[in-house]
Amino acid sequence: MSRKILIADDEPNIVISLEFLMKREGFEVIIATDGEEAVHRIRSDRPDLVLLDVMMPKKSGFEVCQEVKADPALQDIRILMLTAKGRDTEVSKGLALGADAYMTKPFSTKELVERVRSMLER
Amino acid sequence: MLSGSTIVGASIAYLLVLFAVAYVGDRRADQGRSIIDNPWVYSLSLGVYCTAWTYFGSVGRAASGGIWFLPIYLGPTLGLALSWLVVLKMIRIAKTHRITSIADFVASRYGKSHVLGGLVTVIAVVGTVPYIALQLKAISGGYALLTGDHDSDFSPLHLGGWLQDSTLYLALTLAAFTVLFGTRHLDTTERHEGMVAAIAFESVVKLLAFLAVGVYVTYFLYDGIGDIYARAAANPDLLSLLSFDGAGKTGYGGWFSLMLLAMLSIIFLPRQFQIMVVENVNEQHLRRASWVFPAYLLAINIFVIPMALGGLLLFGRGTVDPDTFVLTLPMVHGQVELALLVFVGGLSAATGMVIVETIALSTMVCNDLVMPLLLRGSDFARDGRRDLTGTLLMIRRGAIVVVMLLGYLYFRLAGEAYALVSIGLISFAAVAQFAPAMLGGMYWRGGTRDGALAGLLAGFSVWAYTLLLPSFAKSGWLDMAILTAGPFGIEFLRPEHLFGLGGLDSLSHALFWSLLANVCGYVGVSLLRSPTGAEASQATLFVDVFRRGPGTPASFWRSGAEVRELVPLVSRFLGKRRTEEAFARYARSHDLSSLDQLKADPELVNFAESLLAGAIGSASARVMVSTVVQEEPLGLDEVMNILDEASQVRAYSHQLEEKSRALEVATSELRAANEQLKEFDRLKDDFMSSVTHELRTPLTSIRALSEMMLDDPRTDLANRKRFLGIIVSETERLTRLVNQVLDLAKIESGHAEWHNSDVDMRELVEHAISTTSQLFRDRGAEIVTDLADAVPVLRADHDRLLQVMINLLSNAAKFVPEGRGRVEVKLSVGDEGIRVDVADNGEGISPELEPVVFEKFRQGGGAKARPQGTGLGLPISRQIVEHFGGRLWVKSKPGEGAVFSFVLPMQPV
Repeated sequence: MSRKILIADDEPNIVISLEFLMKREGFEVIIATDGEEAVHRIRSDRPDLVLLDVMMPKKSGFEVCQEVKADPALQDIRILMLTAKGRDTEVSKGLALGADAYMTKPFSTKELVERVRSMLER
Repeated sequence: MLSGSTIVGASIAYLLVLFAVAYVGDRRADQGRSIIDNPWVYSLSLGVYCTAWTYFGSVGRAASGGIWFLPIYLGPTLGLALSWLVVLKMIRIAKTHRITSIADFVASRYGKSHVLGGLVTVIAVVGTVPYIALQLKAISGGYALLTGDHDSDFSPLHLGGWLQDSTLYLALTLAAFTVLFGTRHLDTTERHEGMVAAIAFESVVKLLAFLAVGVYVTYFLYDGIGDIYARAAANPDLLSLLSFDGAGKTGYGGWFSLMLLAMLSIIFLPRQFQIMVVENVNEQHLRRASWVFPAYLLAINIFVIPMALGGLLLFGRGTVDPDTFVLTLPMVHGQVELALLVFVGGLSAATGMVIVETIALSTMVCNDLVMPLLLRGSDFARDGRRDLTGTLLMIRRGAIVVVMLLGYLYFRLAGEAYALVSIGLISFAAVAQFAPAMLGGMYWRGGTRDGALAGLLAGFSVWAYTLLLPSFAKSGWLDMAILTAGPFGIEFLRPEHLFGLGGLDSLSHALFWSLLANVCGYVGVSLLRSPTGAEASQATLFVDVFRRGPGTPASFWRSGAEVRELVPLVSRFLGKRRTEEAFARYARSHDLSSLDQLKADPELVNFAESLLAGAIGSASARVMVSTVVQEEPLGLDEVMNILDEASQVRAYSHQLEEKSRALEVATSELRAANEQLKEFDRLKDDFMSSVTHELRTPLTSIRALSEMMLDDPRTDLANRKRFLGIIVSETERLTRLVNQVLDLAKIESGHAEWHNSDVDMRELVEHAISTTSQLFRDRGAEIVTDLADAVPVLRADHDRLLQVMINLLSNAAKFVPEGRGRVEVKLSVGDEGIRVDVADNGEGISPELEPVVFEKFRQGGGAKARPQGTGLGLPISRQIVEHFGGRLWVKSKPGEGAVFSFVLPMQPV
């Protein structure tokens, strides 16, 4: 069965490219364009992995991550944080909040796909 | 008429009471319960100023000159009120340096000079020995009156042979008393507490006796003061005494010189210095004395004029000597007991003066005349084994007897001569010569030994020539021609009209010339050379006595000495027991347990010297200490260096305080600047972070889409087209971003170029609308304009303003609802200038976000609006508007849209 991936980002063009990339790799893709929607979709659709943008309206990626990791029912969901802010503090903050991996934008599509696959295999 | 034995008995009884008081005073002092440590006793002891001359002579002066007697008492009243600070300083100096006489004071101030001390002593002796004689005369005259040894006008008939003269025995008795209480102790530095107690007691006795006779004359012989004045007013002979004019034969100048004289003498008479300065126990007592003593003077003078007038009314002018009124008035009315009381009062006035004066003079003679001579004799100074305390006391006792006998001798020789009668004021004028050297020494650092010597010599010589010499002439001892024709017939040099100066009474004349010569000599000679090291150091110690802080050393010299030499030296003069006590006290005050631990540093040497100074005077002490101390004499330069160092330390610490204050200010300024820099740094970081984010976001799409197309050449054409379109638009976004960041940076740093021209705002607004019309058409929004017809031409950058306008319009286009958007553009002219409003019917902005939309990278609206906006449009627009002196703001009601407005002044600033 194909794995389900939630793409949470407020940049339409990034969503388009990520959606295309993930579908091409054979994943089922759902989309959220802000933080609240992301939490909502995680609870309702239970994706296997979330590609989570940090800078989003309504709820930041950090908040979403925190909320998901605090919920025992959502423990299996892997979170890959994506951010355009490359500072070290952002990375460590995300990891501290329980994100499983972290990539800075712009990313290499190959690396992203490899990372997603390795995360899902675990 | 009283028998001699009664009077002698009464006198002896009185003297015994005096002994008792003095004895109690000394006993109490030994027990540490001083009775003179009391401001009242101190104030009363100052009453030693009122001598027999006051007691008998005031009435005499009042009888001849009316209120002419007053300046002698107004002077001290004024003097004490005005100069108590001067006296306070004198007391502090005397205590600090253990100064025991006025001669010592002067000698010590001018470099511990033997010569000066000796000169002051000579002046004091010459000036005051006749004064002592006057006291003896008063007592002798009173005795004669009471025993009836007088003619019908109450003039004493004769003096007996020397050995039969009761005055001699009186003088000897007084000398004995003075020796007992003035030099009772082996220690020669302590105060004479018993003597002071006796003097205070005598002040009370003479005041009570004088008041008793005053009350008797005024209220028993007459009907009060009013009655006496009324009778005197009725008598043309006495009328003149009641008015100022009658007293004014010497004019106001005479009043002035008398007051000045009395003012100076209250401080500089040897006995006054002794009581007021040397015997002072507590500086605070001076405050009480500054009003009690004048009150005392007032009390003792209340009945002077009534008695003078009463006596003149009774006896008439030219018969009975008015000086004897206080005795003769009770006597002719048979009040012998009262007369006896008055005699005792006079006796107390005379003895008080004689005792204190002889003590003061004997100290000076001993320390400043005899000691220097003895020290010059080699045996005395070098024979370190001899205990000299006994010798010292013998010298002092001898000096007392000699001074007393000198007074008696003068009394016998001068008799009724003018030279004795007028000696009171002449004596005052002599001690007034001390004033320049003393006052100058306390307040002027520049005074030198030579200056003081010159001033004193000049003043004393002029005094002797203009006052003493004429008094001898008037006594018949010299040819009167010297007064009328001048010495050797040189009229120019007539002693009472020196250099042709006339129009003054002889006293004012003498005072003027002597003080002039004195001050000129003192100041002139002092200015000839700068002070030596010794003079400069003493000057500083005296002048700055109130200011001695930790930075000022107690003395100015370097030395090497041995404690085992210093202690024996001091004990030779002070006695073993007292010396060891003093050194032990010193050791304790320096936290040392025994004498052996004392180090002979300059401070200890100074301490030893001041101990010695109390006993033998500062100049002699200096000489003695120098025999055991290897001293390096300090030159003026070195003293000045020490002083400079002290003042530099003060100045330096002052500077340090200033600097630390300045540092605190600078620190807080730096801290504030640092905070600001940190804030700037944080803003810059935020900006960079935002720029990075804004750059990376489009790059993300571009890279991802390009990589996918590169990886998979089979991507279908439709997707390819879509992706390439996104890449192009994201590239445009990047370009825009880079341009705007640079633009903003330029404007903010002030490096932007502004191309000003005449701008027609109506044309500009229409231009912007046509530029953005495609945007509105795409969103299906309508645009409504309300543009004023005539708008003044504005001097501004056309393209920049167009940029603002397009930014506002494109923002509006972004946020209006799809398909039913409506944007109103209004151009108007108001007081503030040209105003443009762009109103949309979008969602509006919540009030808390209103200011935020002008911040960099803060974008309103949802994701749909994002791609076109960089988040820099509004910040740039605001910068541009503000550059032309205008304002850009937003007003919004959430749900009803927002109105962005800006206004530009007609005359851009």
